[in-house]
Amino acid sequence: MIAAIVLGCSIIFFLQFFVPYCRSLIAASSNHILSPEVQDVTGLTSPASGEDFHRVVQLLRLCPDRPEDRGEIRAIGVYFGMLKALKTLSPSIAPSVRAWTERECGRCTYFAAVALDRRVAFSRDLLAQQIEA
Amino acid sequence: MPGSASYAILFLGTLLEALVVVCAIKRRVLRKYFVLNLYMVLCLLVSWGRYYILAHDGGVKSLTYRYFYFYSDALLTIVLYFSLISLYLSVFEEMKVGRYLRLGAVALLAGTSWFTYAVVSQSSHKILTYFAFELSQNLYFVGLVLTYVLWAAVLKMRQTPALLIQLVLSLGIYFSFCAASYALVNLHPTLYAHVSAMVPVVGCLLPLSWAYAFWRVPNEARLAPARLAMAVPR
Repeated sequence: MIAAIVLGCSIIFFLQFFVPYCRSLIAASSNHILSPEVQDVTGLTSPASGEDFHRVVQLLRLCPDRPEDRGEIRAIGVYFGMLKALKTLSPSIAPSVRAWTERECGRCTYFAAVALDRRVAFSRDLLAQQIEA
Repeated sequence: MPGSASYAILFLGTLLEALVVVCAIKRRVLRKYFVLNLYMVLCLLVSWGRYYILAHDGGVKSLTYRYFYFYSDALLTIVLYFSLISLYLSVFEEMKVGRYLRLGAVALLAGTSWFTYAVVSQSSHKILTYFAFELSQNLYFVGLVLTYVLWAAVLKMRQTPALLIQLVLSLGIYFSFCAASYALVNLHPTLYAHVSAMVPVVGCLLPLSWAYAFWRVPNEARLAPARLAMAVPR
C-alpha cells in the first residue's frame, strides 16, 4: 500500500519537475533568431506549428551530431509526445487545453529549429577548420 | 561478468560526472555549488571502485560488489541530500536562515535514520545491510518531497537564476525516478532485474543535465519561475 502511494507520488512529482524543466530549455532558445537558411529549409511560419515538429527533427538528424544538445533534444521529444497525448485527450477533458497544447507544440518545433540552426553553424565551423588545416 | 553495454554505461556515467566538475571549474561556480561538485567527485570515486570490483572480483553477482554497491549508494544518497540542502541555502541566502536550515536538515536526516532503523530492526537479522538499502530508499523519497517544497518556494520568486532552476528541476527528476524505481520493486519484486538494468541509465541523467546547465546556462541569465509552471488553462 505504502509502495503504491510512493509510486503514485513519484510519478506526479516527476511530471511537476519534468514539464517546467522542458519549458526552461525551450525558454532559453525562444530569444534566438533563426538564420534565413534555416527559415527557408524548414519553412516555419510565425508562430511555429506543432505539425512541423517531426519534419524539423528529421532535418536535425541529417546534420552531424552535437553531443551537447542530444540530451535536451531527447527531453523535448518526450515532452512533445506527452503534449500530443494530452491534445488527443483534451476534447474530452477541456477544449481550452487544446489551444494551450498547440501553442506548446509550436514552441517545441521552434526549439528544434533553433537546435538545427546551431548544428548547421557547428558543421559550417567544422568545415572551415578542415579547409584551413 | 557484465556485458559491454554495462561497462559502456558505467564509463559514460563516469565521463559525465567528470564533465560536471570540469564545467563548474571552467564557469567559476565550483565554490558556489561546492556540495554538488563534491557529490560528483564522490560519484567518480565510487564508479571507479565499482569498475575495479567488476573487473577483479567476479562481476555484478559477487557478494563484494553487492555490499559495495549498497553501502556506497547509501553514502552517495546522504551526500546528495546535503547537496539539496545546499540548494536550499542558495535560494534562501538573503533571508539569513542558513543556521535553521542546517539544523532542520540534520534533524530530518536523524529522524529518517531512526525510522529506518526501527523498521529494519523488526524485520531482518542482517540489520546493517538492510539499513543501508532502506536508508537510501527513504532518503530518495524525503529528497523528492524536499525538492518539491524547494521548487514551490522558487515558484513564488519573481526572478531566479536560470542555472539554479535547472539544477533544482533536474535533481527533482532524478529523485522521482529513484523513488519510483524503489517503489516499483517493492510492489513487484519480479521487476527487479528490469529496474536494476535501468538504474545506471537513469544515473547518467543527473550528471548529464547538471553538465548541460553548468556548460550552457549563462551565470547572469534569470528566469521568472512562474512562467515555467504547468499553467494549463481550465
